[in-house]
Amino acid sequence: MIPLSYYIGLSAILFTIGVVGVLTLRNAIVIFMSVELMLNSVNLSLIAFSAYSGDPAGQILVFFVIAVAAAESAVGLAIIIALFRNKLTVNIDEVNVLKW
Amino acid sequence: MNLELVLFFVLAVAAIGSAILMITRRNPVTSALYLVFNFFIIAVLYLFLRAQFIAIIQITVYAGAIMVLFLFVIMLLNLGDDSLPKWKLTSGKSVAALLGVVLLIEILYFVANFISGSRLSPESESMGTVESIGKVLFSGYLFPFEMTSILLLAAIVGAILLAKKKFE
Repeated sequence: MIPLSYYIGLSAILFTIGVVGVLTLRNAIVIFMSVELMLNSVNLSLIAFSAYSGDPAGQILVFFVIAVAAAESAVGLAIIIALFRNKLTVNIDEVNVLKW
Repeated sequence: MNLELVLFFVLAVAAIGSAILMITRRNPVTSALYLVFNFFIIAVLYLFLRAQFIAIIQITVYAGAIMVLFLFVIMLLNLGDDSLPKWKLTSGKSVAALLGVVLLIEILYFVANFISGSRLSPESESMGTVESIGKVLFSGYLFPFEMTSILLLAAIVGAILLAKKKFE
């Protein structure tokens, strides 16, 4: 059998890759994909905890996370399209209107 | 080393590799395809954990719907290889990567010391089916389920409103 800590470790590594992607990349769409990667790694850890403790609540939570991720990506991509219309770029270094 | 453990390591290496390739490719379409590959591997890991229903919706909703939306937007905006300036290492990015490594060490320290559990619980064999998920979802979690429909409605309205016209 696979120990629970292996799944949580894999989830941690994927989450860290997502964090590094968000912090270092400049393309808004790829940053958004890194956020999806982070959501997925958390889903993996929730499913692993759920399966090892025998509680179905973790799987229900993952169901809701996927629903929220669908809503989030629809709105987020709409924001990116609106951004592209105004600035003609998705480079977040050039989007600094709110920067003081 | 039994077969399950070997398969787990193969899948884990493929998942980590595709995630790293995803954040290092310059072409966003390539990144999106690596992310789809990563989602499929995570769906297989869900099957390892006996979560059949979640594995299926992972493939249909995540790898299907959400990533098609991403690819659609990338191709609509016509973002190619040369749409962004060349990636270069700055001090801010090195600090960011260092913070990521610190985060990883913190989580792995926690996992190694406080997470225990060596085998799947016996209930998990029948827990991930559509039937048992549905029973739990429509009894104890009915209200959040209904709230999801309002959330999706808000997302539809918001997406149309945001993407329709230029901001005033």
